[in-house]
Amino acid sequence: MKNLELAIAKHPFFDDLPEEDIRSIAGEANVVNFKDGDVLFKEGEDADKFYLIIKGKVALETYTPGRGVINIQTVEDGEMLGWSWLVAPYKYRFAAKVITKTEMIVINGTQLRAECEKKPVLGYEMMKRMVRAIAFRLEQTRLMLMDVYGKRPKKN
Amino acid sequence: MEDTIYNTETIVADPMVPTLYRVESYVKETSDTFTLAISPTGSALEVKTANQKQLDAAPGQFNMLYVFGMGEVPISISASPAVGGLLTHTTRDVGSVTKALSALKVGDMLGVRGPFGTPWPVERAIGKDVVLVAGGIGLAPLRPVIHELLARRADFGRLVVLYGSRSPADIIFKNELKKWKAQPGVIVYMTVDRGSSSWHGSVGVVTRLIPKIRFDPANAIVMICGPEIMMQYTVDALKQRGVSGDDIYVSMERNMKCAVGFCGHCQFGEHFICKDGPVFTYDQLSSLFKKPEI
Ligand SMILES: Cc1cc2nc3c(=O)[nH]c(=O)nc-3n(C[C@H](O)[C@H](O)[C@H](O)COP(=O)(O)OP(=O)(O)OC[C@H]3O[C@@H](n4cnc5c(N)ncnc54)[C@H](O)[C@@H]3O)c2cc1C
Ligand code: FES
Repeated sequence: MKNLELAIAKHPFFDDLPEEDIRSIAGEANVVNFKDGDVLFKEGEDADKFYLIIKGKVALETYTPGRGVINIQTVEDGEMLGWSWLVAPYKYRFAAKVITKTEMIVINGTQLRAECEKKPVLGYEMMKRMVRAIAFRLEQTRLMLMDVYGKRPKKN
Repeated sequence: MEDTIYNTETIVADPMVPTLYRVESYVKETSDTFTLAISPTGSALEVKTANQKQLDAAPGQFNMLYVFGMGEVPISISASPAVGGLLTHTTRDVGSVTKALSALKVGDMLGVRGPFGTPWPVERAIGKDVVLVAGGIGLAPLRPVIHELLARRADFGRLVVLYGSRSPADIIFKNELKKWKAQPGVIVYMTVDRGSSSWHGSVGVVTRLIPKIRFDPANAIVMICGPEIMMQYTVDALKQRGVSGDDIYVSMERNMKCAVGFCGHCQFGEHFICKDGPVFTYDQLSSLFKKPEI
């Protein structure tokens, strides 16, 4: 396997994916290094990339009038970032800013989507992996919404 | 009538009678959390007996702190007198008694009963990886374990501390966390639920760190302290990593009155938290977690 294929095969998101699929994903991917402060994308921009963090930290941010930019969540080693390339209308819902030096696999989302349309087995596999990752993220968000460390209201 | 002869040793040994302690230092950790370091007062024998009892306390045990005229609350020991000579408790002001505790000043007196309860399983962890997961004020009851593990570092495998708090401003023991992180072979991960513009650390719940940490699930002891819901999700994530419920320990909280198993105030299913706990294995409690009626 080439270095890029190895990097993809080693990323937890692609755990146990057949070599043939890894090879075709590698055709649409690069390993890129970012420095802190780099903006990967902004809210509302066309979503054409899928990012998989090898090492580093990226903040998902949103702007709230009166409160400025809020760091909603960080995405780190072994995690994925940006699923808007898979979901119409293919626009990023948050901004993403690198906060520590980060090494990432960057995949062309538009091409990967076309590949998934052409190869339903790969498409289904990608969907299962995305749903798992999104469900994990949703569970985390629910826990954050519960504000578990906040003060408990007095019982009546 | 015969004169009553008071035996000081018996007075001190009665678990319902508080020993008088003096506040020696007060450190504000965050806007609502503070650390009181206290020392016993009274006759030389009373002081010696009280000091010995607290020196014998194991990490995870708690004391009943009595603010005169206000009431008593269970608070875990956050540092043994063996570390720095004073008995230390770290408390979050959430209600009437903890607010009164927060209003104490150096030189003020309070009553102390204890130590009570079951300890963290430090001896069971010898030769194993140790993962500590703390949420919010839950780092305070785990701090004596960290002190002990660091003092006997060679006895244990990997040491991983995961700490989640509400926001960067709510992080307690900031300086100590930095020192622990700087020790070789110690991994400290911190994460907050709500970031701030100056925070460059992780934002997200503490449970998300569990799939990523390096440890041997088949040869590890995990100790968790925090809000019950956070502990439940942490246990779920640990089970997915293959950690047995028998190797996962949680510290439970319920309101208490006597702290010695007399009154039933702290009942949790068939357990009394004060006497059978507060530290339990997850397997002891698994059928009781997430039951609204309990
Ligand atoms: C074994 C044990 C060890 C403990 N160790 C510590 C410790 O080291 N440090 C510490 O700060 N606390 C600790 N606690 C919790 C502490 O005992 C309670 O916060 C305290 O009893 C509250 O009493 P209060 O009179 O101040 O509040 P109350 O007047 O009884 O309650 C006021 C409000 O606070 C809410 N509340 C009560 N407890 C909590 C809580 N724990 N978290 C959030 N909201 C709460 C109640 O729902 C109520 O709305 C421990 C509890 C147990 C059982
Ligand atoms: S507090 Fe009385 S039995 Fe536990």
